[in-house]
Amino acid sequence: MTKQVEQLDRVIIRFAGDSGDGMQLTGDRFTQETAAFGNDLSTLPNFPAEIRAPAGTLPGVSSFQLHFADHDILTPGDAPDVLVAMNPAALKANLGDLPRGADLIINTDEFTRRNLAKVGYAADPVEDGSLGEYRVHALPLTSMTVTALTGYDISKKDAERAKNMFALGLLSWLYHRPTEGTLAFLERKFAKKPEIMKANVAAFHAGWNYGETTEAFSVQYQVKPAKHDAGLYRNITGNVALAYGLVAAGQRSGLPVYLGSYPITPASDILHELSKHKRFGVRTFQAEDEIAAVGAALGASFGGSLGVTTTSGPGIALKSETIGLAVATELPLVVIDVQRSGPSTGMPTKTEQADLLQAMHGRNGEAPVPVIAPRSPSDCFAAALEASRIAVKYRTPVIVLSDGYLANGSEPWKLPDVDALPVIEPGFAAPDQEDFQPFRRDPETLARPWAVPGTPGLEHRIGGLEKADGSGNISYDPANHDRMTRLRQAKVDGIAADIEPLSVDDPSGAARVLVLGWGGTFGAISAAVRAVRERGGQVAQAHLRHLNPFPANLEPVLRSYDRVVVPEINLGQLALLLRGRFLIDVISYNQVRGLPFKSEELAGVLQDVIDRD
Amino acid sequence: MTELLNGHAGEHAEGRSPLSLVPKADGKQSLKDFKTDQEVRWCPGCGDYAILAAVQSFLPELGLRRENITFISGIGCSSRFPYYMNTYGFHSIHGRAPAIATGLATSRPDLSVWVVTGDGDALSIGGNHLIHAMRRNVNLKILLFNNRIYGLTKGQYSPTSETGKITKSTPMGSLDAPFNPLSLAIGAEGTFVARTIDSDRKHLQSVLRAAAQHRGTALVEIYQNCNIFNDGAFDPLKDPEVRDDITVRLEHGRPIVFGADGQKALRRTPSGSFEVVATADVPAADIAVHDAHNPDPSLAFALSRLDSPAFEHTPIGIFRDVDRPSYDELLRAQVEEAVEQQGPGDLAELLRSGDTWRID
Repeated sequence: MTKQVEQLDRVIIRFAGDSGDGMQLTGDRFTQETAAFGNDLSTLPNFPAEIRAPAGTLPGVSSFQLHFADHDILTPGDAPDVLVAMNPAALKANLGDLPRGADLIINTDEFTRRNLAKVGYAADPVEDGSLGEYRVHALPLTSMTVTALTGYDISKKDAERAKNMFALGLLSWLYHRPTEGTLAFLERKFAKKPEIMKANVAAFHAGWNYGETTEAFSVQYQVKPAKHDAGLYRNITGNVALAYGLVAAGQRSGLPVYLGSYPITPASDILHELSKHKRFGVRTFQAEDEIAAVGAALGASFGGSLGVTTTSGPGIALKSETIGLAVATELPLVVIDVQRSGPSTGMPTKTEQADLLQAMHGRNGEAPVPVIAPRSPSDCFAAALEASRIAVKYRTPVIVLSDGYLANGSEPWKLPDVDALPVIEPGFAAPDQEDFQPFRRDPETLARPWAVPGTPGLEHRIGGLEKADGSGNISYDPANHDRMTRLRQAKVDGIAADIEPLSVDDPSGAARVLVLGWGGTFGAISAAVRAVRERGGQVAQAHLRHLNPFPANLEPVLRSYDRVVVPEINLGQLALLLRGRFLIDVISYNQVRGLPFKSEELAGVLQDVIDRD
Repeated sequence: MTELLNGHAGEHAEGRSPLSLVPKADGKQSLKDFKTDQEVRWCPGCGDYAILAAVQSFLPELGLRRENITFISGIGCSSRFPYYMNTYGFHSIHGRAPAIATGLATSRPDLSVWVVTGDGDALSIGGNHLIHAMRRNVNLKILLFNNRIYGLTKGQYSPTSETGKITKSTPMGSLDAPFNPLSLAIGAEGTFVARTIDSDRKHLQSVLRAAAQHRGTALVEIYQNCNIFNDGAFDPLKDPEVRDDITVRLEHGRPIVFGADGQKALRRTPSGSFEVVATADVPAADIAVHDAHNPDPSLAFALSRLDSPAFEHTPIGIFRDVDRPSYDELLRAQVEEAVEQQGPGDLAELLRSGDTWRID
């Protein structure tokens, strides 16, 4: 049967099912195939904190959204063109995001009276006509999978579990995805269970063949590869990119990386990833709590390692005191905070940008800490490297503010030339100096010497008590405390001269409105800016990577526009800092829904500001 | 790796000393080499002075390069200790010294890392780090100065104060049952657990000597007098009239007898605890022989229970000293094994791992 092939420039697919249905795996495989095919892409996994919430319920729904295109894209997309709903809960939880005319692939086997009742459907929506606005493909995915697997020596339960591979096979056919990667993946994953492996491969093929032979799908779609710069690419999530950035920092500094960490969602994957790379001399220490994790990292830094700690949410609160000690002792320390919804435990698997003020000010006393925020999953690599560079060069803790969206989201990454990565010079203090003073500062950077135990002649004591300028002896002298407080501040402020100035994207030069973001909202803001410009609007865009210190040119940039819009996934934290620092009344736009911004909404916000007066 | 994992109790193999990787000093050292120019600021008469002097005069014996010795402390009176030691030192955060020291010790096998802490620092705010350091057997020598009171905050009761203690924060008497630090250490899988007294320099140094050579965490409780807020807390153990009658000096392999003339002894009871008997009344074979290397911790635990706030009889010495690989050794071995099996890391190769595609 010959099928019609339709060309699309972009597609947004959302796989949704019960948290036990393997939706993250399905999405991840589809992503890998899409990456291999050469589309540009961006992903948004969305899952409950519970490992297995009660089956078939709304809280148990797990989804994975993938946006892929034949051109460069910036976000996982606002609304799916295709929703795969593996059960009634998945349908109910996601239907609200679906625009009219979208494709809806439904696993009817799960639409039993009991499952429908669990989520409050009085009647089966597949049959009562309530889905009339969509192109519904009602398919018995589970029973088709089980039928396809008769003859395999596996349990009925295992056969049913392969339904995600059937769905993946079907979608792979529908969008012309290559299949080699998934087949190789299944062989690897189930190498020790050959019968399960064969069954999953068979289910995948069955799904593909079903698409090709059935009349349920009359059209097959094609999305051509995007035009990327030449180079070698891979798909990468923010957490893996952070881990790789830390390994790179270790390699480029010659310092052993020491990670002290306590498992916490959504930061744990950095610990998992780094623990695999011991052959780089990376030591990972799973501590008894968040405090011990950062303590061990600082202890390792005292000994001349690149001390790193990773955390999220309440974990960053627990680390505050030790970060303060790192400020006082002026030791390098990289603190990675993968922000999640708060306060308190909040929504552990959902994203937010509400730790900015804590990163800036969340310590007792005057305790300035440089703060860096990556803008995309792959940018986490460079951010980790930059944080390490500043920490080592200035002997200071540095906080990296990633977020839940960057952590789990992924995008294609053009691999950098490792030899071109910045070199980090540890600059350890030389042994046996006459009149060694542990707090005598480098006149340019104001950094103190890093004299590690084992260096003869430089024995000295450090600690959290105020130190005399130079000698580092305990001091309660009022003038000395005033001087030391200002010196620590001046050291951090001085980093502004050592970072990239803020670049502004203002192609026409005629914009009167600037949109200024920071961190993980870059994709959504950029897509919104693009949409505004396509409709003839004029808007300039800038995005902060360094939150402390700010780039030296930030104030003149802000002053050169009539209005500055600051979208944040918090209640206006950067806006507060900008107003306080520059007395510029920026327009703060805020959402805290645990989700990234939708670019269409943001475009509307920007247009409204442009249209004022 | 397998070799490292096969440590046996009581088998103290040469070359496994934690000090084997610490560089040795070129010449002979003296007490003076370990003094700093900082004025010691404990209250006159504080037991900490005696401990400081004992440590400073003991360290030359180890013959380690001074720059390879590090003292890490938390917060409290005892935690000022590092400022007075001419080694590397880190006066850190209340309760967190074992955590910070863990990072240092597990990344630097060439250092001898000492933790100085007190009963409030180690057992109250820092209880969590203390027990986890011991169960991991991190290569740390922890000196726990126990004066059974909060000194730096001026006299509140501590986790080792006797119940009913009248202090500024407990005018009607404290309600908490105290910790027995050694029982806690043994329960936390401590591999070296000892007690000594600030005023008995010879004994203190003998315990330090064994602790320094121990593979992994050594916990040394030092009874220390706070002459301002809890003066005389350990007087019975110091009073020449009674101390010999109540102090049980534990020595590995020796029958446990005590009293001025050895007239008292310990015998195991059928329930597994110890009872005090008159040496003359029991056959020699019934007298318990101290076995610090016994893998079964219940013996050491039973000994630790003999101590009581009333000082009827108080064992001092090394309660437990068993051999088990330290966390540091095992961590190092994993790194070495990874390099051996996969070769040293290649950054470009790491970035290329997984599914890649080329665009021309």
